[in-house]
Amino acid sequence: MTITEKILAAHAGKEKVSPGELINARVDLVLANDITAPISIREFRKIGAKDVFDRDRIALIPDHFAPQKDIQAAEQCRMLRDFSREYDLGLYFEVGRMGVEHALLPEQGLVVPGDLVIGADSHTCTYGALGAFSTGVGSTDVASAMATGECWFRVPETMKFIYYGKLNRWVSGKDLILHTIGDIGVDGALYRAMEFEGEAISSLPMAGRLTMCNMAIEAGGKNGIIVPDVVTEEYVTGRAKREYTLYTSDNDASYVDVREYDCSRIPLTVSCPHLPSNTRPAEELSSIAIDQVVVGSCTNGRIEDMREAAEIIKGRKVSSNTRMIVIPATQQIYLEAVREGLAEIFVEAGAVFSTPTCGPCLGGHMGILAKGERAIATTNRNFVGRMGHPESEVYLSNPAVAAASAVLGRIATPGEVQ
Amino acid sequence: MKLKGRTWKFGDNIDTDAIIPARYLNTSDPAELAKHVMEDADRDFPSKVKEGDLIIAEANFGCGSSREHAPIAIKAAGIQAVVAKSFARIFYRNAFNIGLPIFESEEAAKKISEGDEIEIDASRGIIRNLSKKEEYRAKPIPPFMRELISAGGLIEWTKKRVRAS
Ligand code: SF4
Repeated sequence: MTITEKILAAHAGKEKVSPGELINARVDLVLANDITAPISIREFRKIGAKDVFDRDRIALIPDHFAPQKDIQAAEQCRMLRDFSREYDLGLYFEVGRMGVEHALLPEQGLVVPGDLVIGADSHTCTYGALGAFSTGVGSTDVASAMATGECWFRVPETMKFIYYGKLNRWVSGKDLILHTIGDIGVDGALYRAMEFEGEAISSLPMAGRLTMCNMAIEAGGKNGIIVPDVVTEEYVTGRAKREYTLYTSDNDASYVDVREYDCSRIPLTVSCPHLPSNTRPAEELSSIAIDQVVVGSCTNGRIEDMREAAEIIKGRKVSSNTRMIVIPATQQIYLEAVREGLAEIFVEAGAVFSTPTCGPCLGGHMGILAKGERAIATTNRNFVGRMGHPESEVYLSNPAVAAASAVLGRIATPGEVQ
Repeated sequence: MKLKGRTWKFGDNIDTDAIIPARYLNTSDPAELAKHVMEDADRDFPSKVKEGDLIIAEANFGCGSSREHAPIAIKAAGIQAVVAKSFARIFYRNAFNIGLPIFESEEAAKKISEGDEIEIDASRGIIRNLSKKEEYRAKPIPPFMRELISAGGLIEWTKKRVRAS
């Protein structure tokens, strides 16, 4: 069996599961945010359950329109707080102690290897980087799981992606995943598990692995996953709040498709409007002028991403034609960025340095695009209207390319500024 | 169950931001969401669509975010069902969970033109194009999903289990 099949089987109390099978499985953690939880809460009440299945395994995180951007958003956030108080939930994160959900949960050791996690947010697939099975579901699924601690799944087929060789300078997990989505398309892994492996993955730090698994959904995938290794163990040591299990894929596990990539041929990659699969090498896009740069999100808002952007922007200025918005993904990352002097670097360069929020990533607040404006962002989606006006545009890149673009006011590679 | 109505046609990869843009997600009120359904795919759609209409789309309908607001907005706008070549997986499960009928049929997605009158025999998975006098087959719905539908959606299904335990 593959790692995905093993985790699903273990949580369904079965010896073995096969692709296509529909199972009911126990979940280790259930997650919802200020957009999706209000529906979950409403639906949960309809079930008539006396209590939640486990008060320490339900995470409610206000991050999308938080800090509360308007009265309606405030009402939605309040529903999370009230519900958490009513059921005495242990994992409610108030503004000032929160972060973008998918950055926060692994950082705090609340998701561990071998877990089965569902979240009413499509990027719940991020935690596959730890060797967990995690996937996005709907609010109603979360409502049902809050009552029963279980969820139904169709066991996915698995596609394997092998990355050989070494990464080129500044090429990161983001470029690998954008390149892969460009190769297979936005439905190239529909209903499937995406298992990443190979030399380049073994040497990829956890931050880059989280970025890759985060975007599995952009290829239609059910989950992204990486078999745990020393990098995983180092990451979870001292962090994990629960016991964990390290699963691997069997040598004779079956895969519906195996794709191989030679990393020496993967360039700095940018997704052009309006699909993540619309990829081009960054260096071919130097004529594209940029109005706004966003560094942040659950994809690339970790401290490593902050450091990378700061390295490029240090001692330079954001172009007079451009605005740059930097958003650390969690309160902890925010604090580290302040302590390491990164906040100062951004502010001196003429960038905005914001408290954690999803903000502009989904066109919520904190940097919305006007008609005709164009952004380059380290986020994960560039659909029509994703960051604002339906006639605005979003290009997706890694933090180094985004920072270089801020300096030159057009899409640029780090090599052009350094 | 038979569903009959006029069709609206959309292309590949209609994402959840096109179905209901995030700028309207500071509410989850179905009637409010319905006012903006499909707005970023077709500006005039909310004013054109009528109770009982159906949506026909190509591949990967509902890709992107997990927002249940997407099928809710479609349902609240009075759309009876969505037929597509394929659906993104979270949209697929959300639709079953909240009771929005959806059908996968490559042939129907290809052959139905906008404005065609169609009739879907949901239990048999047959889609009849009354305007073109053609008939297409939808992929069979897995037994568990049929169980969800007959229970009246996931909440009703869970209710029974919670009571039984
Ligand atoms: S940062 Fe963007 S993609 Fe990530 S959870 Fe927030 S809105 Fe979703």
